[in-house]
Amino acid sequence: MSDSQRVVTPLPKPSKLRAFLDSDIVYSWKRQPVVILATLVTLVMFAAALLAPWIAPQNPFDPRQLDLIDAFTPPLTTSDFTGNFYLLGSDSQGRDVFSAILYGSRISLLVGFAAVLFALVLGTSLGLLAGFRGGWRDALIMRIADVQLTFPSILMALLIFGVVRGFLPRSMHAEVAIIVLIVAIGLSDWVQYARAVRGATLVEKGKEYVQAARVIGLPARNILFQHILPNVMRPVLVIGTIGLALAIIAEATLSFLGVGMPATQPSLGTLIRVGQDYMFSGEWWILLFPGLALLMLALSVNLLGDWLRDVLNPKLR
Amino acid sequence: MLAFLIQRVLQAIFVMVVVALIAFSLFHYVGDPVLNMVGQEATEADRAALRARLGLDQPLPIQFFQFIANAAQFEFGISYRSARPVTDMIVERLPATLELAIISAIFAVVMGIVLGIYTALNRGSWLSNFIMTASLIGVSLPTFLIGVLLIYLFAVELGWLPAFGRGQTVPVGDWWTTGLLTTSGLRSLILPAITLGLFQLTLIMRLVRAEMLEVLRADYIKFARARGLSKRVVNLRHALKNTLIPVITIIGLQLGTIIAFAIITETVFQWPGVGALFITAVRFVDIPVMAAYLMMIALVFVVINLIVDLLYYAVDPRLRVQGGAK
Repeated sequence: MSDSQRVVTPLPKPSKLRAFLDSDIVYSWKRQPVVILATLVTLVMFAAALLAPWIAPQNPFDPRQLDLIDAFTPPLTTSDFTGNFYLLGSDSQGRDVFSAILYGSRISLLVGFAAVLFALVLGTSLGLLAGFRGGWRDALIMRIADVQLTFPSILMALLIFGVVRGFLPRSMHAEVAIIVLIVAIGLSDWVQYARAVRGATLVEKGKEYVQAARVIGLPARNILFQHILPNVMRPVLVIGTIGLALAIIAEATLSFLGVGMPATQPSLGTLIRVGQDYMFSGEWWILLFPGLALLMLALSVNLLGDWLRDVLNPKLR
Repeated sequence: MLAFLIQRVLQAIFVMVVVALIAFSLFHYVGDPVLNMVGQEATEADRAALRARLGLDQPLPIQFFQFIANAAQFEFGISYRSARPVTDMIVERLPATLELAIISAIFAVVMGIVLGIYTALNRGSWLSNFIMTASLIGVSLPTFLIGVLLIYLFAVELGWLPAFGRGQTVPVGDWWTTGLLTTSGLRSLILPAITLGLFQLTLIMRLVRAEMLEVLRADYIKFARARGLSKRVVNLRHALKNTLIPVITIIGLQLGTIIAFAIITETVFQWPGVGALFITAVRFVDIPVMAAYLMMIALVFVVINLIVDLLYYAVDPRLRVQGGAK
């Protein structure tokens, strides 16, 4: 049988999973131990925050579960009084620091994700509008963006938080703190998305598939959301990942300053602020463990974001 | 040049007007300022009289104009919380913030440039790698956590430096008090200055390193080496000089950031500056103080940006050819 007679069977189309595992992203992921470690830490911390009610030894905000007599138990100690074991020690109320961290990172992550989502939706919409419609809308949106970029975003968040709080009646402050916080951090961070999306939209707008869509008479709304939007999402996702780390840090900073989450609903930042008071009297664990948790969370999400940026869009660097 | 200048100045004025509008509406939509000022037993006639005296019976645009006129004379009324003129409160706290900001800026610039040059010239050495890794962690760490950890290490555990406050201060001139002339003042300054400067330090260091590596590849550096100039002259005179242009603009822009981040550092170290005053004002919804700080910080940023823009213009001739279009 000669070569020329052999029937060529095409390779079977790889399954979606296979294709994903062979992609550049996975390849680059496997080659960087730091990134693998960061992914693991991030996943563990996300899971721990999500599952806090089931894995935490106690609910730190249910006063019935707290024993004042266990206050200031050092880490890795079993209390002499109640026989409870405190992995990371307990605070002035006999609250388990480990449980408080689990519940605290839940709030930190909730605020972080919500703020990023808010900024992402707002920024992407305004960026699409500016890029697609142009004209005075473009000029106005980009002018505002320019102005806002001149202020650091943490200062912006602080100012927005202060202003919004000023407009709200005092009695509502504690209840709506989380929403005000999300809005303040989100509003302080939309510019990045808007700029990236506007730039990408301007490029996509001139491409042939958009012209073709216009020629067949599709309404502008369909072109914008079904054709252009999917093609400008890549940079948005990259900015979003890095933005998550920044939002977590911003939330922690505001809460630490005492203008974020109240002590009744503490995030990691609030826990650190409370812990600072005990630092001088020798109860270092109340401060140090929430601090380490925040550090690990921020650092690993940051590393993931940097890596994703390098893989998906080297130009953003 | 003129068009560019006018455009920038107009933008600066626009920002200030927007900020003033926000500050003004804070005053006017958060409760009735008259109710905040008079007691419960005041009669309706008293209130009307006070309203008229404060100009609150005028139409809003006139009130806004009045507000801007007052703000231009640094007149922001009386703090709701301490019943003192806001301007006095800010002025007496300004030296603390400015000293902290200036010292940490100097720390960040000097250390940033030195470390940047070192890591660029000794690429791959273990010390450079260590510095680069440490700087990555430094960037990811929130400022307040750095401050708290420094306090824990150097003040609580080692007991070397004070944990909070400004130490002893001495008056200089009419209203300025300085902590730079006493030992306790200087010792108190070390930890806050490091905390505040660390982020800018890493930023400047990374920038200097990147620029330096770029410049070192340029032809004129090779030529300078070929001429047999000493390493020192090539590195420091030829390469560094060209590295510094972008670095200077970044430093200018970062000055504003330092003042903004001073809010955090001042709170961590209970530093009696303007930022800590603002945080207290936000916590207690002390609107005159908030409004004054808002206007002040906006002015600082607008002025810094204007200067940086003009410097850009002076340094980069390409901007001039395009008629100021960015």
